[in-house]
Amino acid sequence: MIGLSAAYIPAGLAFGAIAVGSAVDRDNPKRWNNAAFWGLFSASFLAGDYLGDLVNGVLVLAMVVTGGLGGIGLSRPATTSEAAREILARRLGERLFVPVLLIPATALAGTLIFAHARFGGVPLVDPMQVTVISLAAGAILALAAAVALTRASPRVAVDEARRLMDQVGWAAILPQLLAALGAVFALAGVGHAVGEIMGVVLPQGSRLAVVAAFCLGMAAFTMIMGNAFAAFPVLTAGLGAPLIVGRFGGDPAIMGAIGMLAGYCGTRMTPMAAHNIVPTALLRLPPGAVIRAQTPTALFVLAANIVLMDALVFRHWR
Amino acid sequence: MTAAPMMSLLGVAVVIVGLVARFNPILVVTAGALVTGIAGGLDPVSVVSALGKGFNDSRFISVAFLVLPVIGLLERAGLQARARSLISRITAVTAGRLLITYLAVRQLTAAVGLLALGGQASMVRPLIAPMARGAAETSLGTLSEDSGRLIDAHAAGVDNVGAFFGEDIFIALGSVLLIQAVLLQNKLSVEPLRIALWGIPTALAAFTVHAFRLVLLDRRLARGSTEEPRE
Repeated sequence: MIGLSAAYIPAGLAFGAIAVGSAVDRDNPKRWNNAAFWGLFSASFLAGDYLGDLVNGVLVLAMVVTGGLGGIGLSRPATTSEAAREILARRLGERLFVPVLLIPATALAGTLIFAHARFGGVPLVDPMQVTVISLAAGAILALAAAVALTRASPRVAVDEARRLMDQVGWAAILPQLLAALGAVFALAGVGHAVGEIMGVVLPQGSRLAVVAAFCLGMAAFTMIMGNAFAAFPVLTAGLGAPLIVGRFGGDPAIMGAIGMLAGYCGTRMTPMAAHNIVPTALLRLPPGAVIRAQTPTALFVLAANIVLMDALVFRHWR
Repeated sequence: MTAAPMMSLLGVAVVIVGLVARFNPILVVTAGALVTGIAGGLDPVSVVSALGKGFNDSRFISVAFLVLPVIGLLERAGLQARARSLISRITAVTAGRLLITYLAVRQLTAAVGLLALGGQASMVRPLIAPMARGAAETSLGTLSEDSGRLIDAHAAGVDNVGAFFGEDIFIALGSVLLIQAVLLQNKLSVEPLRIALWGIPTALAAFTVHAFRLVLLDRRLARGSTEEPRE
């Protein structure tokens, strides 16, 4: 069965190439920091399954030190000018879109085909991971198409990847780090501690107060942890399960669905979320620009979630 | 309840203070995790191990960076310039209308599980943002730097809003399965289909509000003013 390692090996090799490209870039004063950071990321992808939890933890700490304290230097490998790009664009025309569109097309075809493909009774591709594996396959096919189209050397491809990866910088590991923070929160019992406090603070008989606290808590914890997936176990253990479902007899499916969506409103408003950090870096926007574009929608939808949950969760649906 | 879990909230406080003080987020998150674990009564080796395991188990999130070499190569060959000129030939398109269309497509495809059809690196930077700028330039002429940035920020926002408020409707995607798994840990058994179904009202609310705001974006661009409205 093809599993996630099919996607991790190419990712590890790509980050390894970026690390080597960084190390030989004499124009970047922080080149050794960049090389160490991307090299460690590469090691995590290539060897993470064999290192054991403690060594992986030390690897994470080393990445945090090189990326967070040392800092990633922005490399500026030679690229084409705006004017040259206009000319190239005219020559290559609509063919330029083929490799870009190959990524979603492959991801789509892979997801549809491999979700059910079996070989000797065993799924050909791990059904839980088919999207990620198809995306990786799409990226590799698209790279081949782009190289054929532009006739670029491998060195140029590495330099262009390095230019974009350095723009993302330390933020590249934030989503995984937040997932790890969520795991530590669960282990240390943060959810139960939040529940204890809420049980004391909230008015005993008010269903609306509990629903509002749950939705606002989801948004707030998501803003802290950058990820609604990390906040959901905390708030469900603390408020959703014991109070909304347990005390007031609410419907767990509605509590879960709308609660998670309340968390997503927090994602749209926090500087911790990779989905806000990555485009800010990639589009070279001032800090907070993406969050400002999203916040009014997020606040309105958060209010809508509280109203919807209060109206729906306590009904008895068949 | 023992004191240890209560003490673990110290880690939450560390994250909040670090965020407000604008320290580097990866330092803040790591410090928060270490304080949470140690104040919560775990030994340092277990905390570092938990951190390593959590990081290792979530590597699938970062596979999306594999698209960057392709995007870089094509940008070098003029992809963004081509996207701008392609859209400028359609005169009926405005930045807001283009983004509303992308919002609908993104939300619907996410709702049937095709999250990989969008994305900040693979769609927004190379195609959607330049196309939205091109559309605005066709109707309004050369854009000010502020207007261009505002359009870019909204292009990124549309991709996020569409993906997040669409994916909760698909039963086999991470979010619905995670909700089911967490509910089960709390001894609540629920069918995934019901969780997905109850994501629909919020999805409709999100589309309506955001599409309306994109209509307002067109008006603001036409006025040539990029100040944030008081909403």
